[in-house]
Amino acid sequence: MQQPESSDLSRILAPVLARHGKDSAQLLQILRDVQDACHHIPAEAIDQIAAHLDVPRVTVEGVVGFYSFLSTQPVGQYRLLFSNNITDQMLGKDDLLKYLCNKLWVEQGRVSEDGLISVDNTSCTGMCDQGPAALINGWPLTNLDQNRLDLIAELIRSQKPVAEWPPMLFEVVDNICRTDVLLGEPFTPGAAIKQVLARGAKETLAEMDQSNLRGRGGAGFKTASKWSFCHAAIAEEEGSVICDIGGNPERFIVCNADEGEPGTFKDRVLLNSHADLVFEGMTVGARVVGASKGFLYLRGEYRYLLEKLEGVLKRRREAGLLGDNILGQAGFSFDIEIHLGAGAYICGEESALIESLEGKRGRPRNRPPFPVTHGYKGRPTVVDNVETFACSARIAEKGGEWFAAMGTAQSTGTKLLSISGDVARPGIYEYPFGVTLRQILDDCGAEDPYAVQVSGPSGVMVSWKEFDRKIAFEDLPTAGAFMVFKRSRDLFQAARNFAHFFAHESCGFCTPCRVGTQLQKKIMDKIGSGHGTICDMEELKRLGFILKSMSHCGLGSSAANPMLDALEKFPDVFERKLKALAFEPAFDLDGALETARRITGRDDEWAHL
Amino acid sequence: MGTFMSKTITIDGQVVPFKEGQTIMDAAMAADVYIPHLCHNPEFTPHGSCKLCTVKVNGRNVASCTMPAVEGQQVLSDTLELNDERLSLTQMLFVEGNHICPSCEKSGNCQLQAVAYYLGMMSPHYNHFYPQREVDASHPDVLLDRNRCIYCELCVRASRDVDGKNVFGLSGRGIGSTLVVNSASGLLGDTNLAATDKAMQVCPTGALLKKRQGFTVPIGQRIFDHHTIKDVQLGDKHE
Ligand SMILES: Cc1cc2nc3c(=O)[nH]c(=O)nc-3n(C[C@H](O)[C@H](O)[C@H](O)COP(=O)(O)O)c2cc1C
Ligand code: SF4
Ligand code: SF4
Ligand code: FES
Ligand code: FES
Repeated sequence: MQQPESSDLSRILAPVLARHGKDSAQLLQILRDVQDACHHIPAEAIDQIAAHLDVPRVTVEGVVGFYSFLSTQPVGQYRLLFSNNITDQMLGKDDLLKYLCNKLWVEQGRVSEDGLISVDNTSCTGMCDQGPAALINGWPLTNLDQNRLDLIAELIRSQKPVAEWPPMLFEVVDNICRTDVLLGEPFTPGAAIKQVLARGAKETLAEMDQSNLRGRGGAGFKTASKWSFCHAAIAEEEGSVICDIGGNPERFIVCNADEGEPGTFKDRVLLNSHADLVFEGMTVGARVVGASKGFLYLRGEYRYLLEKLEGVLKRRREAGLLGDNILGQAGFSFDIEIHLGAGAYICGEESALIESLEGKRGRPRNRPPFPVTHGYKGRPTVVDNVETFACSARIAEKGGEWFAAMGTAQSTGTKLLSISGDVARPGIYEYPFGVTLRQILDDCGAEDPYAVQVSGPSGVMVSWKEFDRKIAFEDLPTAGAFMVFKRSRDLFQAARNFAHFFAHESCGFCTPCRVGTQLQKKIMDKIGSGHGTICDMEELKRLGFILKSMSHCGLGSSAANPMLDALEKFPDVFERKLKALAFEPAFDLDGALETARRITGRDDEWAHL
Repeated sequence: MGTFMSKTITIDGQVVPFKEGQTIMDAAMAADVYIPHLCHNPEFTPHGSCKLCTVKVNGRNVASCTMPAVEGQQVLSDTLELNDERLSLTQMLFVEGNHICPSCEKSGNCQLQAVAYYLGMMSPHYNHFYPQREVDASHPDVLLDRNRCIYCELCVRASRDVDGKNVFGLSGRGIGSTLVVNSASGLLGDTNLAATDKAMQVCPTGALLKKRQGFTVPIGQRIFDHHTIKDVQLGDKHE
């Protein structure tokens, strides 16, 4: 891989730095652009960026090291990352990855000698209904099979720029299979804002309160309460950087489009086809809490949506729905900026997301204080899920009572589910809360369903005995993932995949999560390779207890869920794999001699144990 | 207790006064109640990463070094369950790095080791990870041995907040986390770290050592050879 000459580097860097300005919150955005241009972040670029933003070099290096899509070492000019969700695996991803590596003569995780290509795994890219999926230089590839990989290998060998590849490789469809009030009814941009302006901000908050809308990102916090806390917050000015964009004291509206939970892809569809509803919801929120600046934090995997979304924002500005004096209302100013992530599930956690928005490593903050009082740049900030904002726009338009009439008393409205796995019709299904799993499984054509992973790896593994349970905060809360496994599937493999996911995505801040997720992964691998014992099952339970009770954030505290659920509900999937019921060392003595054998060139009887 | 403080919490049943703005850890230390900790040092802003200081407040686990004390909190700390979990965390810290105490210059003065003694650690329990981590001997007066780093970021905080130098930082993610230094070469010798910096006085383990001090105090005569970490950290060395 040719290192760019320093003059080349300056030529690449100058426009990037000029475009992003000198606010250190732009650091991650700058690094993304440099990575795209140079296929890594050269050491000299780190120095120049640090100087430009006036931050220590070590800060820049720390950010580069944190995000999966950034690297200090060159990756291939063509970097192909296979989505490694269990649904991709079920669709044959492992074999496809090997097939491509063989075809291109490249080892997984390494860069080919000529620097042309690197192939590796990445966490779920949110295309589970059209997998196996991958990213090529950040752009999504869907429905992969050997034919498509043959074509891709050819395109890479002939060094055709990705922009000139056949569009059908990049086709991403919505697959909306069931609609209700959120996806099914028409929406005229501006309709909700008009209602808010006619009704008043306070009165809109009252409607939100009456709707009893609860956050769709997973935790289920009541949205009206969050908004009113933020409105009420007078941030402690001490020690915090005060932003002087718009009014003061500044507050912020942040839309969480990190959608990193494996098996979840409903926010992608909302942003692709209902972006106006989402941006309108953010604008409603801005009016209610008194914010003049908003951010859409878009996961790096959805970078392909960026231009389209910028287009929607532009159109809204032109229509007077964003910018100064929105819809002619003097003093109502609000605009939205899109920030891209760079491959880090933890950045979906709201305080880590804010750190990332500030251009830092995505490390969850200590709480209290909470984002509603001390969020972006220390200012009161509302962070809500994409779907939550879409619901808010509907509520602002049609009223709280209308919304509260749907669903159950504690879980009002509808919920978008991202359905994938062993079903005939994977895709997006919108249901009123309270629907049973049985009904859903019927509707999507599940084939001999045995288990469902509701709300992704951090959610619950539900067994066939529980299919009368309901999607609702009071029964099975969900951020949207719904992965179906038929009877013949190996659920151990699913749990093992999730253990790997958490180990890969732990931010590493706290001891229990940094080490505990690794220990889980190692034990699952040990059992998976036929070396497990009863002791290992006990150890998993103990680790689960430590992760749940000692972790710093929700990643660590839910990282044991798949193992604990599987152990409790499907113990046989473990027992089938156990080698012996007594102790079995994790250390493979003979395997440890392998290096020595290679060095000495020996493979005789005495070189083995 | 010189000044009268009206607000109190209880820790393991003992009434402990606190001042507004204090954390549970602050209040505990002021009242001579020891809560095991590694990443906390009262001279610096709390960090909350090692989780050894976890206590149970009204049934929920929280890190006492970052959790503000609030009137009426009932805190449980010295319980079998919590000490057992603290022990597991300590074992995790040992196995994720490469800690060879008998040959380590910090042995006897090391807080990780001392906490392990305190919690009654008899074995590492988990299998060692044997990670490959870099040793940096490029600095004339300082040795950085990443094998012993527990990512407490005390050196990071000290260098940034006291020395005003930002010599240290964290990079990587998850188990791939690594302590990096502020130079293009990645070497400590190319930073402006001085052996007299505050950052050189805070490392709880033997990851950051002054050169040419090897075994000036013989093993057997070091702090934790004679005092528990509890006594030392409560400032009561029973000299
Ligand atoms: C590890 C982790 C990942 C998360 N990822 C997301 C995410 O991708 N999208 C999201 O909306 N919320 C995510 N959350 C939840 C957020 O922290 C936060 O609760 C949510 O954005 C609040 O919005 P809501 O009230 O509208 O649900 C995540 C939480 C954790 C602990
Ligand atoms: S740093 Fe502490 S625990 Fe690690 S080897 Fe040295 S004495 Fe042992
Ligand atoms: S070098 Fe020492 S002080 Fe710095 S982070 Fe590592 S263990 Fe903590
Ligand atoms: S890294 Fe998030 S819980 Fe530890
Ligand atoms: S001392 Fe509190 S988390 Fe480390």
